[in-house]
Amino acid sequence: MTYIKPTFRHPGLKKNKVGYVRADYEGAISTLCAGCGHDSISGAIVQACFEMSVEPHRLAKLSGIGCSSKTPTYFLSNSHGFNSVHGRMPSVTTGANMANRDLIYLGVSGDGDTASIGMGQFVHAVRRNLNMAYIVMNNGCYGLTKGQDSATTDFGSISKSSGLNDSFQAIDLVGMALELGATFVGRSFSGDKDQLVPMIKAAMSHPGFAFIDCISPCVTFNNNKGSTKSYQFVRDHQEATSTIDFVPHEEEITVDYEAGTSTSVALHDGSKIHLDKLSPNWDPTDRYSAVMRLQEAKLTGDILTGLLYIDPKSRGLHDLMKTSKRPLNSLQEEDLCPGSAALEGINAGFR
Amino acid sequence: MKPTNLNDPEYFHKVVDCQYACPAHTPVPEYIRLIADEKYTEAYMVNWESNVFPGILGRTCDRPCEPACRRGRVEEKPVAICRLKRVAADNKGDVKKHMPQGPFKPNGKKVALIGGGPASLTVARDLAPLGYEIHLFDEWHKGGGMMRTQIPAFRLPEEVLDEEVNYVLDLGIHTYFNHFVHSMKDEILSKDYDAVFVGTGAPSGRKLNLPGFEEAGDNIHIGIEFLASVAFEHKKSIGKKVIVLGGGNTAMDCCRTSRRIGGEDVKVIVRSPFKDMKASPWEIEDAQMEDIPIMNNMPPKEFVVKNGKLKGVIFGKVYADYSSGRRKLIPTGEPDVFIEADDVIIAIGQDNAFPWIERDLGIEFGKWDIPVLHEKTFQSTLPKVFFGGDAAFGPENVITAAAHGHQAAVSMHLFCEGDNLVTDRPDPMTNLYRQKMGIHEWMYDSPVVEDVRYKVGHEDKKKTLRDRKVEVELGFTALEGFKEAQRCLNCDVMTVFDDKLCIECDACMDVCPTDCITFIKNDEEDVLRLNLRVPALNTTQDLYVSETLPTTRVMIKDEDVCLHCGLCAERCPTAAWDMQKYMYSVTKTYEMEGCCSK
Ligand SMILES: Cc1cc2nc3c(=O)[nH]c(=O)nc-3n(C[C@H](O)[C@H](O)[C@H](O)COP(=O)(O)OP(=O)(O)OC[C@H]3O[C@@H](n4cnc5c(N)ncnc54)[C@H](O)[C@@H]3O)c2cc1C
Ligand SMILES: Cc1ncc(C[n+]2csc(CCOP(=O)(O)OP(=O)(O)O)c2C)c(N)n1
Ligand code: SF4
Ligand code: SF4
Ligand code: SF4
Ligand SMILES: [Mg+2]
Repeated sequence: MTYIKPTFRHPGLKKNKVGYVRADYEGAISTLCAGCGHDSISGAIVQACFEMSVEPHRLAKLSGIGCSSKTPTYFLSNSHGFNSVHGRMPSVTTGANMANRDLIYLGVSGDGDTASIGMGQFVHAVRRNLNMAYIVMNNGCYGLTKGQDSATTDFGSISKSSGLNDSFQAIDLVGMALELGATFVGRSFSGDKDQLVPMIKAAMSHPGFAFIDCISPCVTFNNNKGSTKSYQFVRDHQEATSTIDFVPHEEEITVDYEAGTSTSVALHDGSKIHLDKLSPNWDPTDRYSAVMRLQEAKLTGDILTGLLYIDPKSRGLHDLMKTSKRPLNSLQEEDLCPGSAALEGINAGFR
Repeated sequence: MKPTNLNDPEYFHKVVDCQYACPAHTPVPEYIRLIADEKYTEAYMVNWESNVFPGILGRTCDRPCEPACRRGRVEEKPVAICRLKRVAADNKGDVKKHMPQGPFKPNGKKVALIGGGPASLTVARDLAPLGYEIHLFDEWHKGGGMMRTQIPAFRLPEEVLDEEVNYVLDLGIHTYFNHFVHSMKDEILSKDYDAVFVGTGAPSGRKLNLPGFEEAGDNIHIGIEFLASVAFEHKKSIGKKVIVLGGGNTAMDCCRTSRRIGGEDVKVIVRSPFKDMKASPWEIEDAQMEDIPIMNNMPPKEFVVKNGKLKGVIFGKVYADYSSGRRKLIPTGEPDVFIEADDVIIAIGQDNAFPWIERDLGIEFGKWDIPVLHEKTFQSTLPKVFFGGDAAFGPENVITAAAHGHQAAVSMHLFCEGDNLVTDRPDPMTNLYRQKMGIHEWMYDSPVVEDVRYKVGHEDKKKTLRDRKVEVELGFTALEGFKEAQRCLNCDVMTVFDDKLCIECDACMDVCPTDCITFIKNDEEDVLRLNLRVPALNTTQDLYVSETLPTTRVMIKDEDVCLHCGLCAERCPTAAWDMQKYMYSVTKTYEMEGCCSK
């Protein structure tokens, strides 16, 4: 009987710039169903954090409830974590982020956790442009509670638990995020790490709310024939807007990008996102074109993936609210208490 | 790369590093699991089938398997494969009832085996059950060859040796002991033997003809002659000050034997650097533990004899220069050193010698008096004469002798049946067994323990130095044996991939603790090796390549550091990975029935 992950690792593992090997970003062994797309996304997060040389203690991972929300246990064991209440990850992250702006915030949620119970929280996090990467592991069902249809279950899709959905239209979280003014919107697929890993890196570098809707097949309840969130269906219908390449600020660009088809988006910290466009009539920095492309894909029955929209001038919530430049836990009495003279002055202002 | 051909019996065999490295291809993980299960008799028999001398080898084997052991690639030390073998031998029950039971129905064929060492004994064991009348000749009064004359009793007790030699002789072998064959022509070929096996070893110890050698007389000994005369108690003492010349295992046995028969100040002196010594590291360590210093970079120049008595040896001083690719020993210019000695033992190698084989019989000899042989069949240029063991290609070790013996026996049987030695040769027997029992349950202990290698206990030095027959190593206790056995990674339980079932969910790749699995676009091997999750730089280990998958990628598994933990198969939703036990066994004569009697 196993369920124990051996501690031996490949002796040839490379170290990143901060001296860690990829294994240092792993978590406990997953207890999700074998083959669950969520595990693959966890793998992509591990890979992205390793490649970005994130210091594990500089990152906080937060989640709600669901199979998807369990995954933070399975990656980044050495980071801060908070497994919150169903649908409440955005508000907990807001609190944490307001208190300490120096950490990287990585929120993990599910389609149920976000599009049903957590919808109210989600939309406000988008609207506020909270500085975080927000990944929805979207399997079109409530996996943890045995696969009931969720708000992202496509009309006409068939699942093991709920059968044919001939009642409700699905909420498209990507479309919604665009409508709400999100500054970074991407969609990807758990089975496409080549696309997902650089997208997560870009999302973590983006100053503001970076949303990734990641289709992630539930092998147990929603990977059957007739499901629009199965490995087979997504592979057959995936249409990428572009290939994506994330170049950290201190690195040189080594790839030759073909003129005309490639766009380069510079981020505030000097890193760059390179998109080699595969889609016509689309500009990743033009929200309107992204909305249009999404609608077109809907008509043709394609699942549009890639970094769909990014606002290079995005400013996060701290900037917008002009909050303390330092984490609250670093503020001393002299920073917080202006002294009696100042108090006198304030009081005088009310007289 | 082309998809891996799993029908090639050698592909999975190579994955079982220890078994592949063992000259006799002993199914190591199989017997280690049996030891962990306390099935010592069964573990012994698995060994006996393959290597004939489990108790002897469990104490003395050169263990080519251990440097090959996969465990040594993921942590510091390999599994103590050799000493586990001894656990099986020490704790076994009645094994004899599991061995072939004579008398065997005669098949009307008669063979002569010359020499009674492990090579000949293996041939005898393999041919006896088929009904051959076997005549075995050896110059000593008992069988065992160098295992008896050379390997000292403090490493290999006589009872252990007798027991395992007798298992063979009890199969109805006609022995001619105290019988040195002086003429191949008159004593053997002139008789009605259908086939002849020469397993006479490499019995000639090299001399060192430096000034003073003749004059020193009886105080200069040749290593293997010295050990034989101590073993047979012709020699019972030696001077207090002893110098052993040579850096191989024979030198180690000579110095340790000297310590037990009167040598108080015993030194090993080698002409080249310490690190170039041929002796196994554990033998060197054991010698050093018995207060025997090893001095290096000192080539001997002269034996100093005064008034007809040996006084000592003069040594030069050198350093090694490797710059030309070949090692050169260059004098340092320091003055020579004189080291006192009452006795000197020369242990600088052995050679083959066949003074008793006439050169007009059609048996050709090549360089260094080594017979010209077919390297797989061991047949000489005289078709009915076969060679094996040290006599074949020069001095090796017991396990190699046993491996040769198996192959020579197959050849002799094919020859006697009138079959072709190459084309009718049986393939190895292989089999794959599924290991799945439940969702997270396998028929083997898949969890990987982290224990570091256990050390074998030693008898008190005061006792062992006093009596050369007291065994130094105590062997593992049953509990230590169990714990050490658990370190084995079960490399014979294969990860078998079915591309038709894979849905490319990445689960196996993500879970694999040692990053063995990569899904990638196919390419040339050297390109692929560099682009896997972790570059596969150990080119002695194969890449397992699948057929092309629906996303146009292939699954590539680098076999190098796979822990055989089974997690890939546990995480695979479609059972595209399966853990299957691979049995590979070298076909022995008595398993050949049917293939030869056509
Ligand atoms: C000091 C020493 C220590 C060793 N320690 C180890 C060890 O720890 N582990 C290991 O694996 N190997 C060890 N070896 C090597 C090992 O003993 C040999 O490789 C092995 O015994 C070879 O087996 P064999 O059957 O080819 O011949 P041998 O064991 O050499 O047997 C040949 C027999 O044939 C007899 N013979 C020779 N000519 C004739 C003739 N014309 N007529 C009749 N009889 C004849 C010889 O006397 C001998 O008894 C050691 C060798 C030496 C010298
Ligand atoms: C307040 C509250 N309501 C309901 C539940 C029951 N519940 C647990 S998980 C879950 C749905 C999770 O779905 P999703 O976020 O898509 O995660 P998945 O398991 O599919 O990854 C529900 C309804 C709960 N735990 N808490
Ligand atoms: S129920 Fe579905 S979502 Fe949950 S772990 Fe299993 S496969 Fe993944
Ligand atoms: S058995 Fe599978 S998971 Fe375990 S090390 Fe080997 S390839 Fe990796
Ligand atoms: S876990 Fe199984 S189905 Fe998934 S990629 Fe690996 S072999 Fe294929
Ligand atoms: Mg869900």
